[in-house]
Amino acid sequence: MESYLAVVWGLLLGLAIVMYVILDGFDLGIGILFPTTRIEAERDQMMNTIAPFWDGNETWLVLGGGGLLVAFPLAYSILMPALHVPILVMLLGLVLRGVAFEFRWVAKPNHHWWDRAFFWGSTIASFAQGCVLGGLLQGVTVKNNEFAGGPFDWLTPFSLICGAGVVAGYALLGACWLNFKTVGILQDRGRRCAKGALVFVLFFLAGVSLWTPFEFPRIAERWFTPTNLALLWPVPLATAAAALFAYGSLRRRGELAPFIASIALFLFGFLGLGISIFPYAVPPTVTIYAAAAPPASSIFGLMGVLFVLPLVLVYTAFVYWTFRGKVLPGEGYH
Amino acid sequence: MIDDAVFLARIQFAFTMAFHIIFPSFTIGLVAWIATLEAIWLSTGRERYYLLARFWTKIFAISFAMGVVSGLVMSYQLGTNWSRYSRIIGNIIGPMIGYEVVWAFFLEATFLGIMLFGWNRVPRALHFAATVTVTLGTTMSAFWILSANSWMQTPTGFEMRDGVAYPLDWIAIIFNPSFPYRFSHMMVASYLTVAFVVAGVGARYQLEGRHPELARTMLRMGLGLAIVLAPAQALIGDMHGLNTLHHQPAKIAGMEAHWENDGPVPLVVLALPNEKAERNDYEIAIPYLGSLILSHSLTGSIPALKDFPPKDRPPVLPIFLSFRIMVGIGFLFIFMAGAGGILWSFRKLDRARLYLLALRWCWPLGFIAIIAGWTTTEVGRQPWVAHDVLRTADAASPIPAMSIAVFIALFVLVYGVVFGAGIRYIRRLIKKGPEAKPADEPEILANRPISAALEEGQSAGNVAIALQRAE
Repeated sequence: MESYLAVVWGLLLGLAIVMYVILDGFDLGIGILFPTTRIEAERDQMMNTIAPFWDGNETWLVLGGGGLLVAFPLAYSILMPALHVPILVMLLGLVLRGVAFEFRWVAKPNHHWWDRAFFWGSTIASFAQGCVLGGLLQGVTVKNNEFAGGPFDWLTPFSLICGAGVVAGYALLGACWLNFKTVGILQDRGRRCAKGALVFVLFFLAGVSLWTPFEFPRIAERWFTPTNLALLWPVPLATAAAALFAYGSLRRRGELAPFIASIALFLFGFLGLGISIFPYAVPPTVTIYAAAAPPASSIFGLMGVLFVLPLVLVYTAFVYWTFRGKVLPGEGYH
Repeated sequence: MIDDAVFLARIQFAFTMAFHIIFPSFTIGLVAWIATLEAIWLSTGRERYYLLARFWTKIFAISFAMGVVSGLVMSYQLGTNWSRYSRIIGNIIGPMIGYEVVWAFFLEATFLGIMLFGWNRVPRALHFAATVTVTLGTTMSAFWILSANSWMQTPTGFEMRDGVAYPLDWIAIIFNPSFPYRFSHMMVASYLTVAFVVAGVGARYQLEGRHPELARTMLRMGLGLAIVLAPAQALIGDMHGLNTLHHQPAKIAGMEAHWENDGPVPLVVLALPNEKAERNDYEIAIPYLGSLILSHSLTGSIPALKDFPPKDRPPVLPIFLSFRIMVGIGFLFIFMAGAGGILWSFRKLDRARLYLLALRWCWPLGFIAIIAGWTTTEVGRQPWVAHDVLRTADAASPIPAMSIAVFIALFVLVYGVVFGAGIRYIRRLIKKGPEAKPADEPEILANRPISAALEEGQSAGNVAIALQRAE
């Protein structure tokens, strides 16, 4: 029973993270791509493609943090101090870019500072998220159920590579979103950027996939024991297929297809990461079963989440549908 | 070293929290007001309610963005700086924060998109529904967060096993003894703050002779709400105080700088509490009044600071002062609302320049009172983070003081810039005033067939781009 609960919560958190990465991923990506143009009208248009959505998108990150506290308080209490530097840096980045959405319009014509805040905030937040991921993958020093390392334990070449990888990944999603939501010059540029970003993403994806088994024996064991390998080989294959499809659909000037393909690429990448980490909540010491909240808490939490989450998905879809269609130049919601 | 780290972690929390609370206190009340304006507009069809709703939605958008991003910080900071807190009472606080996220945060953040950008995209009734949904979301958000906070002040429905709190009865946990008082006190505080901001803006326009019709509407709606809520808040505050006296007597003793438990309690109006000597310097006190307020009798006595060992007492000076600031502003609000009501009933409100001038500058007071009130309750519960369960000193993260100090500096810097800019932009919007844009004016809708939109929309846009390129 209790181990079921831990797995259900693990999957729910996985869903929250996936939703966050896809949804906030493309709007952070728009921020990362901001310097690809210096023309105000184009920047307005880029921002307009995401303005109605970013608030809801970012809420998945709150669910990620809140959900970890609900379901795995022990993991929360170890990981947060261990990774507090990249996490707080990420939050500062998100503050800067979040307010830029509203401030930029009111600040006109002196909005250049908020353009910069939007770009740097988005980029720093994305990079820091990658560092958090890298720090988690490489493991955390734990003694007596407490974090026992230093504030910069997470800072390794590996975590920096992960940071760069996430920036490239979000840029890919953002570029595909532009290709999907705009026409003309912006759409063309979105498509070109997407092709470039895809190359970087594949480079980092391959890098991380090869690096982790060499560096961390537990991950090598997970993937390369014969029984596991027999079961898991479709994952890297599907990832490669998604990458190929993304590239092909960009060449064919598809609109929605490249976006879907990039999301698929992310999903398979995440599945791979999940396989590498499972069953740890804090690699390499604390499993999700050890970190799980008592049933009285996790069941109560689950009642709230399971009942409402489908509703959240429905009304999120409704808002996306309300603002469907292309965003045209000169047309703002403001 | 670790003591320094705890102190710094408290500074960081106090700073980020005080910054955050400004925005929810404003937006909780503001969105309810915007929903009211929309409801009146839909039922009467009067243009001025529409113009006001559009105008205040812009201000709402800026405040809400600042509230969201600073609130995001809070949900992670509990872990980064207070990891032992998360472990020891996470089983109880965690699910409440989880409920806040899925029941409320998603609701407000998702429908905000329609509320801000959907004016010309969705039917009026649907837009109104979105505004009501955001109102519901912000209220439920306040419900869960205040429930979690109240549980830390008056914990019930749990047991301790191996030093960790385990929930026993969720209804007892959520509706813990101080929750109803704290929740109503905060909701009314938010509405009252907004009432004085709205009335203040109305007074300003009235004095400047701009938007006369809108100014009169804002003045009357703001004042009308204040006339009801300002006295009600005093009543709720009194009940909240009695509840605190029952559950956290040391906090009340600190708020009143009440050292000796020796008979009838005087009301200390002003003093300089001296914690070393355990007495008040320069005290001005009214005999018996303290007893009258706190025990509703002339001779009742209440626990005094010396009844508690020094390690269980809260810091006296900060809460003695912050409590007086809050109460002082509360009485000022009652006076301003009363005076406004009298002028209004004699039909002199719109020409009472002196009164309008005073009212115009009342807008920051609600925020100051809210921060002062939270300072009273949060500093007043020290040395406990969860009363009688967990001491603040035992709740911090095992991270070095230096690291916290650097992040305090970064937060002060970033929040300083963001706050300064936000206030400036809101003031700029208020200075500019509502735009006279009728509701029926057609705007370009992007979900029309794309070819039609391309003809006008894009050609205009491309001209703009071409012009910019040429520069």
